[in-house]
Amino acid sequence: MGQARVSSRASSIAKPNDSPYYIGLDRVSEDAYDELENPNGVIQLGLSENRLSLDLIEQWLSRNLNASILGGGGLSIRRIATYQATRDGLWELKVAMAGFMSQIMGRAVSFNPSQLVLTSGATPAIEILCFCLADPGNAFLIPTPYYPGFDRDVRWRTGVELIPVHCRSSDNFILSITALDQAYNQARKRGQKVRGILLSNPSNPVGSILTRETLYDLLDFARDKNIHIVSDEIFAGSIYGGDDFVSMAEILDSEDVDRNRVHIVYGLSKDLSLPGFRVGAIYSWNEHVLTASKRLMRFCSISAPTQRLLIPMLSDTRFTQEYIETNRKRIQSMYDLFVAGLEQLGIKCAKGSGGLYCWADMRELIRPYNEKGELELWDKLLNIAKINVTPGSACHCIEPGWFRCCFTTLSKKHIPLVIERIRKVVETCKPPS
Amino acid sequence: MTHTRTQTQPRTPQSDADTTSTTSGGRATTAMRVIVPLQGVVQGRGGLVLGSVIPCALFYFLQFYLKRHRPGPTPTTPPSTPPEAAEVSSPPLHRVQSRSIVSPRGRPQWTPMMRKIIQMVFFQLGLAENLLCVDLVQDWLAANAKNSIVGRDLSISGIATYHPSEGLMELKLAVAGFMSRVMERSTSFNPSQIILTAGAAVAIEMLSFCLADAGNAFLVPSPYSPDLDRDVKWRTGVEIIPVPCRSTDGFSLSTTALDRAFTQAKKRGLRVRGIIISNPSNPVGNLLNRETLYRLLDFATEKNIHIISNEILAGSTHGSEEFVSLAEIIDSEDLDRNRVHIIYGLSKDLSLPGFGMGVIYSFNENVLAASKKLTRFASISAPTQRLLIAMLSDTNFVDKFIKTNRERLHRICSEFVAGLKQLGIECAKSSGGFYCWADMRGLIRSYSEKGELELWDKLLNVAKINVTPGSSCHCIEPGWFQCCFTMLTEKDIPVVMERIAKVSETCKSHS
Repeated sequence: MGQARVSSRASSIAKPNDSPYYIGLDRVSEDAYDELENPNGVIQLGLSENRLSLDLIEQWLSRNLNASILGGGGLSIRRIATYQATRDGLWELKVAMAGFMSQIMGRAVSFNPSQLVLTSGATPAIEILCFCLADPGNAFLIPTPYYPGFDRDVRWRTGVELIPVHCRSSDNFILSITALDQAYNQARKRGQKVRGILLSNPSNPVGSILTRETLYDLLDFARDKNIHIVSDEIFAGSIYGGDDFVSMAEILDSEDVDRNRVHIVYGLSKDLSLPGFRVGAIYSWNEHVLTASKRLMRFCSISAPTQRLLIPMLSDTRFTQEYIETNRKRIQSMYDLFVAGLEQLGIKCAKGSGGLYCWADMRELIRPYNEKGELELWDKLLNIAKINVTPGSACHCIEPGWFRCCFTTLSKKHIPLVIERIRKVVETCKPPS
Repeated sequence: MTHTRTQTQPRTPQSDADTTSTTSGGRATTAMRVIVPLQGVVQGRGGLVLGSVIPCALFYFLQFYLKRHRPGPTPTTPPSTPPEAAEVSSPPLHRVQSRSIVSPRGRPQWTPMMRKIIQMVFFQLGLAENLLCVDLVQDWLAANAKNSIVGRDLSISGIATYHPSEGLMELKLAVAGFMSRVMERSTSFNPSQIILTAGAAVAIEMLSFCLADAGNAFLVPSPYSPDLDRDVKWRTGVEIIPVPCRSTDGFSLSTTALDRAFTQAKKRGLRVRGIIISNPSNPVGNLLNRETLYRLLDFATEKNIHIISNEILAGSTHGSEEFVSLAEIIDSEDLDRNRVHIIYGLSKDLSLPGFGMGVIYSFNENVLAASKKLTRFASISAPTQRLLIAMLSDTNFVDKFIKTNRERLHRICSEFVAGLKQLGIECAKSSGGFYCWADMRGLIRSYSEKGELELWDKLLNVAKINVTPGSSCHCIEPGWFQCCFTMLTEKDIPVVMERIAKVSETCKSHS
C-alpha cells in the first residue's frame, strides 16, 4: 500500500523553520517573557509590532463598538454577512482607507478608492502582485537587507525569484542605481527575466526613508528597463526624526507618465497597530492588475465584521489624526531611549527615520567576522540574554554583524532590563584588552 | 433525446474557443438559414457570390458578437456589483504578465445592457447563499457582538495584536464541537487537526497546492460547482478532470467512471493526485452513502491518491437521508488516514458568508504543517474569531439554529420543487444544499449546450431570474439547471413559478 504523498511544494514548505527569524519567533511563543508569570522568559525584539498606542484604540472601541458592528443607520445583517461584502471590499471601507492613507502620508497625496484592492493583510497583497506581475521563473530585484517574510511571500507559491541588490553600511544602506543596474545586467546574462523591483519604504530592517531624488531615479530606471515597481509603504505612518515620508504616489502625481508600472502595498498592521485585524491594500493605476487582484481577492478577503468595525474608525478623522500624532511621538521617545541604551553598551545604530525597529551595529562583538560569528552572537542573545533579535543574515545583509531590534513591543520600564541582559552577553564578547 | 455530447476535454475558460468549434455545427445551421433568403434577394450574377459572402460575413460577425458579449454561464455576480473591466486593450510597452488570471473569461462580462436588465426586479437563484435564518444570526449579534469582541475588561490587546495565523486554539475547539454537532454527533473532530482559513475557497486552493504540483490533476465528479474551476486551477497550475455522472444514475458517482477517467488520464501522461467530492454535492444535492464512501476509499487506496471531501453543506441537509462524513468512515476503518482531507466552513451552515471562515481537517502531518504556514496569506481576523468563538460556544443558539435552518430549508425546498413539478419540471432527488437540480431538457430547443444557453438567456432576460446552467457546472447532459431557493421567501415562489411558466410556454410553442 503506497504512501499518499503531498506535493513537492508542500514538502518544502512543511520543513521545519531554519531561518533565525522564524526560529526566534517560535522560541518567544514557547517561552514568552511576562513580568509576573515568566520573568525569565524571552523578551521579544524580533517582531515589528507596535503596542505603544493600543490604549487609544481601546478607548475608541469602548466608545463606539456596538453601533458600528451592526451599523448605526439601519444596517442589516445582509450587509454584514453576505458575499457582496467580501467580494469587493465594501466601497465605504475603500473610501475610508483611501482617506486614511492620505492622512498617514501627511496629505501630500490623495488616493482614489477605486484603485484600491483590499486584502487580508499586506502579506497576501505582496503575493497577489507577484502573481500578477511575473511568471514562474521571472524575478524581482530587491535591495538588501530586506524583511525575511518576503522570501515566503514572493517565492513560496508563485515561482518568482528574488535577486538581492546589496546595500552597504558605507552608503548607510541606501540603494544605489548602479548596483541595481549591475544586478539587472547580471540577471540578463544568466537568462533570468527581471519583472520589477520590490522595495520597502520606510525600509525594513534598516528604517531609512527614500528621498524624492531616489524615487525619481528608481522610476527612471524602471522606465528604462520596462519593469514594475512594488513599493511596500506599510510603515509610512511610523516615522520619527525630522525627515518627511514621500510616497511613490506623490512622485507619480507630479510625473505624467507610466503610472501603470507602479504598485503600492499598504496595511493597518503597523501604522494602526492592528495586525490582528488582517487588513492590507494594493494600490495600483494598472487596470489589468486591479482586475486580476480583485478576482484573486476571493482567497484573501477582509471579513465583514472587521470591515464594519473599521469604517467608522478610519472615518473618524479626529481620532485618526490624534492617533497618528501621538503614536509618532511615542515611537520617537522609545527610539531615543532604546538607542541611547544601546550606545551605553557601545552599540551604535544606523540612522533611522521610520519603522518600529533600529538597525544595530554589533560588528565589533562577533568573532569571526562572518555569518557564523553573527549567528553565534544571535544564539547567545537568544539563549543567554533571553532576547530575540533578528540577525542580518536572516535579512540577507551582505555585511555580518548587524541586528534588527524592534522596540515598540516594550514599555519604557523594560528598556533598562533589556539593556542589562544585552550587557551580560556583550561583556563576554569583547576582545580581551 | 438520449444522445449526449461527446466531450473529451473539460470545458475551461481557455477552451471556449474549442467549444465554439464543436458547436459550430449548430451555428452553421443558422448561417445556412440566412444564406437561402439572401440568395433570393440578391439578383444577377453577383448573387451567388454576394449571397455567400454576406451571410459569411454576418456569420463571422455573429460569432464575434457572441464571443464579445457572451454573458458567460457563470452568473455569480450579484446585480449591484460594478461591471468587470472592459476587454483587454493593448497595454503600454510592458506586459503585465501572461498567466490566464489577468484575462479570465470565467466570470461574466456584464455589458451595460445586461446590467440595466438585471437591475430591474430580479430573482437571484444562482448564488448559493442562505438567507433563511439570517434573523436568528442578527438577533444573536445584536445581543452578543460587543461583549464577544471586547470582553468585560475592554482590553483589545488580544484582538489587535498578532496571533497564530492558523487560528486561535479556542476557536478550533469551538469549531470541532460545532462540526460534530452539525453532523449529528456521529463523529468527533480533533481540534489539533484543524487549520482555519479565511474562507472555504482558500481551504480548497490551499489543499490543491499541498496535494498536487503544477501539471498534476484531480478527478472531480461532474456536474460540479463552477467555483472549483477557480479555486483548484487559477493559481496552482493543477488540472481538473471531470468524471461525468448521468441522470440515469441519479447523478451518483460510479467507480467504473472514476477508473476510466483515471486510466485515460494516465494514458495522456497526466498524473492524478486525488479526487475532490462534495457531500452534499453541489450542484445536484446528493448525499454520498456509506457504501459509496467505502468504495471511494478503496479506489483511492488502490491508486494511491488523496480524497478531498468538501462537506461545507453538511448542516444544510433537509431530507430524511442520513449524512455520513468521510471522517466517520475513517474512524471505523483502520486504513491510511493520510489520504483523507475534509473541507468545511461556516458560510453555508451558519449563514455567515461575509465572515470568511473555512476549515481544513486532515490527518496528514505534512498537510497540516504546510497549510499552517500557508495561512499567512489568508488568516481570519481576530475580531471575527472572537465573535465566532462566542457564537459557536453558545450551544443553545447553535442547536436552535441548526434545527430551525433544517426545518425552513425543508419547507422552502418542498414548495419550490413542487412548484416546478406543476410546470412539468422535475428535479433530481436531492437531500441537501440550498438548491435543486432541475430537469429542463423538455424546454430546450436543441439538445445541446447552445440550446441550454438560449434557455438560460430567456430565463435571465425574460423571466428575470438568474439560474445556473448545467454547462457551467460541466454537466455532460444539456438541459439541467441549478436553482437556489434560499434567497427567496415563501411568497416569492408563486411569482417565480409564474415567470418560469411564461418562458416555458414560449419554449413549448416553438418546438
